[in-house]
Amino acid sequence: MDHRVEENGSGETGPARPDLLTLYGETFSSRLLLGTAQYPSPKVMADAVRASGAEIVTVSLRREGAGGSAGAKFWELISGLGVRVLPNTAGCHTPKEAVTTAEMAREVFGTDWIKLEVIANDDTLAPDQLGLLGAARSLVNAGFKVFPYMSDDISIAERLLEAGCEVLMPLAAPIGSGRGLNDPYGLRTLRAYFPDVPLIVDAGIGAPSHAAAAMEMGFDAILLNTAVAKAGDPVAMAGAFADAIRAGRTAWRAGIMEPRDMARPSTPVAGTPFFDLDEAAGEKGGPGGGRP
Amino acid sequence: MQRVESLQIVLNGEARETRARTLAELCAELGHGDGRIATAVNGDFVPASRRAETRLAAGDRIEIVSPRQGG
Repeated sequence: MDHRVEENGSGETGPARPDLLTLYGETFSSRLLLGTAQYPSPKVMADAVRASGAEIVTVSLRREGAGGSAGAKFWELISGLGVRVLPNTAGCHTPKEAVTTAEMAREVFGTDWIKLEVIANDDTLAPDQLGLLGAARSLVNAGFKVFPYMSDDISIAERLLEAGCEVLMPLAAPIGSGRGLNDPYGLRTLRAYFPDVPLIVDAGIGAPSHAAAAMEMGFDAILLNTAVAKAGDPVAMAGAFADAIRAGRTAWRAGIMEPRDMARPSTPVAGTPFFDLDEAAGEKGGPGGGRP
Repeated sequence: MQRVESLQIVLNGEARETRARTLAELCAELGHGDGRIATAVNGDFVPASRRAETRLAAGDRIEIVSPRQGG
């Protein structure tokens, strides 16, 4: 994977091709995947999705009561947005529950994409890495295209890739916590270790600056929900995240400078008025005498 | 006249009596018709195409789900 600005054949540098996100062979121009839960109203949710420019939204399955129409109404709303859906297995605690939920989702939503969550603990909502791996293997064998919600651990990532996952979704911080990138070193390492695997930072993003920081590290996309849905103005915040993700992506492609410990003048030193090399040697005191 | 005994099942986590004999009949009894729902019996997915042949037994745990908001 080479997302960076590269030679375009004319000897000048510039984007050689459109910067598209590819997930299981499908391409997208937006790098923001948005959740559809917790909005103040269905209308605000729909407006936020439009403002975000997201082309993929996450959805779920929940129990339907006798004669209930909540599912039909929600489906009608989502269908009207013209986006691709990524169903999740949120709330599943065992591989079996997750696999059955995925099978139900494939039938209801008509997609073999599944955001695979196997939760280890209700307080942290941390992924059960072993359960995740088992469920991923079963689902890949059953023809699913699995998007595993995982930690940033390299060994579990390797095993999920071996199992047939083509996209990985490391968490930034606990779901719904808004704490941002809890482990920047781990995320940076994961990115470096798997330069060719689409990596989506999923969960824990609170502010657009968090999303921008992840994109500046070279992550391929961001999946978030609460930070937009629970904002004072979800529609405006959806736009802010879209801007931040675009900026972070462009910055990464442009090549971010290496940090330095010491200052370095940005204004040319040559031709500085009142600057005399002999005096700079420090023979005389006074203003400027100590400058290098 | 044959009397149809009702079955005690667990529907979406709650005890319920039904006169349905198959999963398809249960879905109809609940008013789901051809709605956008998915089903599982005792933890296993049952595709829509197999609901009519899926017979219910006392104590079966049945899940009926539909699309909803998610993160």
